[in-house]
Amino acid sequence: MKSLEDLKKMREQALKKVDMRSGDKDYRVVVGMATCGIAAGARPVLNALVQETANNDYNCIVTQTGCIGLCVQEPIVEVFDKDNNKTTYVKVDPDKALRILKEHVGNGKIVEEYTIDSVK
Amino acid sequence: MMEDLAMHMMEIIMNSVKANSSLIKIFISSLSKTNETIIEIIDDGCGMDKEMLEKVTDPFTTSRTTRKVGLGVSFMKGLCESCDGTFIMKSEVGKGTYLKATIRKDHIDAPPLGDIGELIMISIQSNENIDYELVYIDDYNEFAFKSKTIKEELSGISLLEPEILLWIKEYINQEIRKERS
Ligand SMILES: Nc1ncnc2c1ncn2[C@@H]1O[C@H](COP(=O)(O)OP(=O)(O)OP(=O)(O)O)[C@@H](O)[C@H]1O
Repeated sequence: MKSLEDLKKMREQALKKVDMRSGDKDYRVVVGMATCGIAAGARPVLNALVQETANNDYNCIVTQTGCIGLCVQEPIVEVFDKDNNKTTYVKVDPDKALRILKEHVGNGKIVEEYTIDSVK
Repeated sequence: MMEDLAMHMMEIIMNSVKANSSLIKIFISSLSKTNETIIEIIDDGCGMDKEMLEKVTDPFTTSRTTRKVGLGVSFMKGLCESCDGTFIMKSEVGKGTYLKATIRKDHIDAPPLGDIGELIMISIQSNENIDYELVYIDDYNEFAFKSKTIKEELSGISLLEPEILLWIKEYINQEIRKERS
């Protein structure tokens, strides 16, 4: 059972983590969620990303945005690093999403084969 | 394509987000007594003038350039009409927009409600600075949720922390399904 009481504990835990990390998150992961993306399976991708980030404590936040304007390539995941450099991954599924988290967010290594330039 | 009502609502809420709203209210009621599902989405965003409002329910309207056809509003309207329901949209420039959609619950084409917890989670993920309020009523449950309350409780911690997002999704789903199980 979840209750509002949980929030106090969650707050403390989150504060501890912020202390350990000193400052902002290293990465921002953005999922394209427009109608076209949702139809193409953006929901499971978003859910997998949130779940896995929570489980493994990856140093990123996961957000979503509307249409990125590349409908045929959906679902699209954009990864921004601290300097706002963007990597665009296309035709992502939950498995690919987890690999992107592990290699890119976890180890700072772009998964070249899923990027927009390689998939074209 | 749009397999449940939550996804239709998602499209509408994304419009409210794009309209620079600071508060988005979502009301969902689904009662057997009236055999009706009612959805209201109210924002305090930029609003639309009369002309735009008339055009917006027409499937060939969009102010965006990335895609030619606007879908969200006209899809929802079409759905209501094909499920013996009603669709109302009112708007005032500078004040905000009001949408009310109803469908007949037992209509053969009435889609399932979908994942409401996820809907609120995804909405927060589109912009955590917007306050979201949900009121949910069905035959068994009545539940109200305000993202602002959570934010105050967490003071200083972002709603975008993945643990918090998951908690919100699961908490909402737990509360709206409480009395059925
Ligand atoms: N709540 C709102 N507040 C202000 N303007 C709105 C609102 N809802 C819709 N609009 C206007 O109406 C237009 C059409 O909306 P609609 O949802 O039909 O298509 P879209 O947002 O352009 O594309 P899509 O929703 O398919 O991604 C929007 O681009 C916006 O200009």
